[in-house]
Parts: sequence; structure tokens; C-alpha cells
Amino acid sequence: MNKNAKEVSRRSLLAEGIRSFSLLCVGGFAGGMMGRSQSQRYCWQIDPHKCVMCGICATHCVLEESAVKCVQAYAMCGYCKLCTGFFDPSPQALNTGAENQLCPTGAIVRTFIEDPYYEYKIDENLCTGCGKCVKWCKAFGNGSFYLQVRHDRCLNCNECSIAIACPSEAFQRVPYDEPYLLKGTTSKG
Amino acid sequence: MIFFVRTAPFLILLLACLGAAEDIQRFPPPDFESGYVMPATTTPQPRAGWLNYLDLAVLFTALSLASYLVIYKRNRPGIFALTIFSLLYFGFYREGCVCSIGAIQNVAYSLFHANSAIPFVVIAFFLLPLIFALYSGRVFCAGVCPLGAIQDVVLIKPIRIPRWLLQSLGLIPYLYLGLAVLFAAQGSSFIICEYDPFVSFFRLSGRLNIIIVGFSLLAIGVFVGRPYCLFLCPYGAILRLLSRLSLWQVTVSPDECRQCQLCEEACPFGAIYPPTPEETQPIRKNRKQLAMMLVLLPILVALGSWSFSLLAPTFSRTHPAVRLAEDISLEDSTHSETYSDASQAFRDLGQSKEVLFNQARNLRNRFSWGAWILGGFFGFAVAFKLIGLSLPQQRMDYEIDNADCVACGRCFSYCPVELKRRREKKSSRSAPKDQTIQEQ
Ligand code: SF4
Ligand code: SF4
Ligand code: SF4
Ligand code: SF4
Ligand code: SF4
Repeated sequence: MNKNAKEVSRRSLLAEGIRSFSLLCVGGFAGGMMGRSQSQRYCWQIDPHKCVMCGICATHCVLEESAVKCVQAYAMCGYCKLCTGFFDPSPQALNTGAENQLCPTGAIVRTFIEDPYYEYKIDENLCTGCGKCVKWCKAFGNGSFYLQVRHDRCLNCNECSIAIACPSEAFQRVPYDEPYLLKGTTSKG
Repeated sequence: MIFFVRTAPFLILLLACLGAAEDIQRFPPPDFESGYVMPATTTPQPRAGWLNYLDLAVLFTALSLASYLVIYKRNRPGIFALTIFSLLYFGFYREGCVCSIGAIQNVAYSLFHANSAIPFVVIAFFLLPLIFALYSGRVFCAGVCPLGAIQDVVLIKPIRIPRWLLQSLGLIPYLYLGLAVLFAAQGSSFIICEYDPFVSFFRLSGRLNIIIVGFSLLAIGVFVGRPYCLFLCPYGAILRLLSRLSLWQVTVSPDECRQCQLCEEACPFGAIYPPTPEETQPIRKNRKQLAMMLVLLPILVALGSWSFSLLAPTFSRTHPAVRLAEDISLEDSTHSETYSDASQAFRDLGQSKEVLFNQARNLRNRFSWGAWILGGFFGFAVAFKLIGLSLPQQRMDYEIDNADCVACGRCFSYCPVELKRRREKKSSRSAPKDQTIQEQ
């Protein structure tokens, strides 16, 4: 019994020692990491200048309805009557008929302002982020349509599925307080 | 008019070819006369930053509560209620992100990328459950982890799994942990998040193959206790090691064991071990076995290193830059006309191939080192397990192995001694009144 008790106390002393050591390690590790840490968090965003509008954004998001949507930089838009982002490359007529539209879901709202100008606005509930309009707008227009991660929808996954799949490294982490890379305000825009 | 419409795209095409590829204001924004005001691009903001600290506070509270319920209260219904809460909060409300298991990768990434910053909340999510494990065992698994929770609620009809199977499949988490750290450290991907089987349930959407895996795991989980925890979870592997050292160990019953064997049947995770027979093998034989294992250790480590180093080229292709470099050099050498998406994007941006090839070479180098270390680590884990198995065990009673125990509390109410203690506790609460009556 006595021997047993001694053994037990020796064991618990050993355990105590190892535990303290581990705790010290964890503490030191925590300290080291904290030195590197920032209270700042990051979230995902698309650099519109790197995006090649491959269409992956529409299908690879973990959300059924992608968190990526097309947005309009109004200040860059030409308000063209013949918008290459809006109209099918060979439209039947220049009106808002579905058969004339490039967007597969009819997410672009065309509104007459004054002759010959029209406003083009994205209905985000319909947009799938396929990037078709972006591609054509960039190729033949001013490039005012571009894709952005919409942060009211994005779950800010630890590892964004689109970022893995994006072929052009357009998906990047940006500071939480400035979660958009808006065209016209970034360096190259 | 129709003619114009039909030809307009081609005219514009011509026009576009004259201009540069970069965005230029081909059509200057107009001056409106009608008083139209240009709207600004809306920027809906992400979840408010302070809410992340709320998550942290919830984590800390839940861990404390779990410790209290497991160690002090010994209350299975309480633990189960906490489990449900965590499933709802960390699972369905937070949609499985941020989580301690995934945080392994953020930590590994930032350890190997000196200029990357890791958010404070993520470090805390990584460390808090580990610190708690040093005191009260795997209480994180008991009632806080949403992945553990979703498996715990479907565990309806547990069957017993042979111990050898548990032990050998139990080696997979170390491999998974090693792979996750390797891929995160190299910056190729976060595999724990990518292949998280249950997160699609929390988000109610996800990739089909992952959903199928998740469903199968849950279906298996009806009979086999927490299959992900037992055979996959890399964070569980770390928790196992630390919980061996915990100050307050989870016990079936704090009182004397009557060796009725009831509890061994109760644990769905095979964490309760029977007492060792009085006269086990002669000490000498044990020693011999141990010595053999110690010789085996370097052999297993070397074997692991070597066999994983063969996989290094495959591993390195998980990094997008390596893949891209390989695509490009292949396309260039075969004078291919069609480019892969990534290669097309790279060429369009006109970046330097030299820089890319250099980066790829560096990465391959690092991957080959990484594969050696990973293989060694896994060999070490296997050897360690064998050594552990051949060490002479001494258990007087039915005892919980703290590393295996996820502190679910199921066994508490199976122990007749414990039940007696509970009855006595209950009656002693109402005892003073009885006594006064008796005295009168
Ligand atoms: S995956 Fe990348 S390149 Fe493709 S559309 Fe999205 S951001 Fe653009
Ligand atoms: S074409 Fe695609 S990206 Fe553009 S508005 Fe339509 S759905 Fe959105
Ligand atoms: S972080 Fe997640 S939710 Fe957001 S865009 Fe990427 S995959 Fe979609
Ligand atoms: S073993 Fe892993 S998945 Fe299971 S409860 Fe523990 S941390 Fe969660
Ligand atoms: S508390 Fe531990 S030993 Fe008891 S049933 Fe749960 S996992 Fe098994």
C-alpha cells in the first residue's frame, strides 16, 4: 500500500511536470503567435484587374447561389445606347427583349435616362456571377461591369472554394474593414 | 436600322482592336442634362467585427460549462444540451466557420509565411480547446465542437468495434494532420476545410461529392460512434495527446469500482478498458518486446520518410503555381495552340515565365523536404502507437483512457456505484427534515 501510494505520488508529480511544461509551451506559442497576430481580420475579394471572367465564380462558391455578383461602376460607364455588356452580340432589336440580352438570367436592368443614354443596373437577386456581361463590357465598352464578392452573402470561408479554382489569382484576402476592390478607385482603374 | 444592328458588333470589334486591351474610356461618361444623379456602387459590409469576439466569448463559456458538467456535475443531459446549443450556434448559425479544427491550417500557414498576419480570434480558437484539454480532457469534443455534435446526435444504435480496428484506423488522423499542415504550410490548400464532410449541412449547400461523403458518415455514425472523430479528425489527434496530461481526468465513477463490466459496454468509442489480469506476461518478455519496438522506431521513421518522399512530386502539384508552371512548359514544348484556363490567364497578364518557373522550383524543393518530414512524422506516430501497445499496462479497475474518451458522459449513468451515489446525494438533500422527524 505504502509503495503504491509512493508510486502514485511519483506519477502525479511527473504528470504535473509534463503538464506545466506543455502549458508553458502552449503559452510561449501563443505569445509568439500573438506577436504576429493582428486584431484585423481578412476576407475575400476579387481584384477586377486580374479577373479573366472565366465563369468559375458562378459555379464554385460553396453557396448554391454564388456570393460573387456583377457590379456596375457608374462613374466609368458610358451609358451607351448600344451596350455590349447588355445586348447579345447580334440582337434582333435594341430593346430589352430577353432574346436580345446577353445575360442568361436577364439580371441587367436597362433604364432610359435621356436621349441617347441608358442606365445599366444589376439586379443582384438574378445575377449568377457568370461574368459574361463583364467580358463583353471590357472587350468593347468601358469595362464598367466587374465581378465582386458581395459580403452580405459571402460566408468568408477559411479557404474560399473559388479562390482555389480561380485560374488567375484574382481572388485575394483583403482587410475586413475595406472589403471591396472597387474599380475606378484602385490604382490601375 | 436592322442592318446597322447586325453589323454594329463587327464595327465595334474593329474599334476595339484599335484600342488597347486595358480598360480605356472608349465612351466617355456623358454630361446629363436631365439632372440624373449617378448612383454609387453599393458595398454591403461583412458581419460586424465585434461579433467575432462574441464567438470567442461563446467558445470560452461553452468550454468552461462543458468542463463543469463533465468533471464536477457529471451530468449527461447537461452535456447533451450543450452539444445541441453548439450545433446550433457554431454549426448552423456560424455555418461552421471559424472552427478550431480548421484553425490548425491558419496557424501552420502563418508559421511558415513570415509576413502573413493571423487574426487574434483564430489563434484563440486554435489554442483555447488545447489549454482546456490540459485541465479537463477533451471537453471541446464533449459539447462544443459542431462536427462532434452532429455525429453525437445521430448515434442511436452503437455497436462495438473490435479494438484492433479502432487502434489501426486511429492512426489516420495523424496522417491527416500531417498532410493538412504540409499543404497549409506550403500555401497550396486548406484540405481540412475543403473536405470538411459536415459543413455543407450547416450551410445547406455544397459540392455534391462532399455532401455524399457527409451523408455516408452520418449513416455510419448511427451505428459507429463519431466516425469522423475516431478515424479522421486531425484536431482530435492533438487533443488526444494533450488530454493524457489533463489535471482532472474523466472517470466513470468517482467511487470504488465493483468491476461489474457494465460501463465497458456503455462507451460507444471503446474508451473504457477492462482491468489487466493479475498475472500478466512475465516482465522479461515485456521488456524484450519493448526493446524490439525501440529498434523498430528508427526503421519505421526511415521507411515512412522514404515512401512519402516518392509522393513529393504528386504533393507539389496541389500548389497552383506548380501546376501552372507544368502546364505552361508542356504547352510550350508541344507548341500547343490551346491553353488551359490558368495558362491563358497567365499569358494574358503578360507576367514573366522565369519568375514563375523559379517559384515552382522552390516549391518543389520545399515539398520534397516536407514529404520527408511528413513521412518521418507518420512513421513515428505508428512506432509510438506500437510502443504504447507493448508497454506493460496496469489497470486495477475498469478505467477510461483519457485520450480515447470524448467526455460524452454516456457511461456515467451505467455505473451502479455512481447511481447509488446519486441516490444518496438526492436523499441527503432532503435528509435534515427526515432526521428531525425521526428525532421527535
Ligand atoms: S474565378 Fe477568378 S478569373 Fe474566374 S471569374 Fe472568378 S475571379 Fe474571375
Ligand atoms: S451576365 Fe452573368 S455576371 Fe453579368 S449580370 Fe448576368 S448573370 Fe450577372
Ligand atoms: S469565401 Fe466562401 S462564400 Fe465567399 S465567395 Fe468564397 S466560397 Fe463563396
Ligand atoms: S474529435 Fe475532432 S471532430 Fe470530433 S469532436 Fe473532437 S474536435 Fe470535433
Ligand atoms: S464519457 Fe468517455 S468513456 Fe464515458 S462513454 Fe463517453 S467517451 Fe466513453
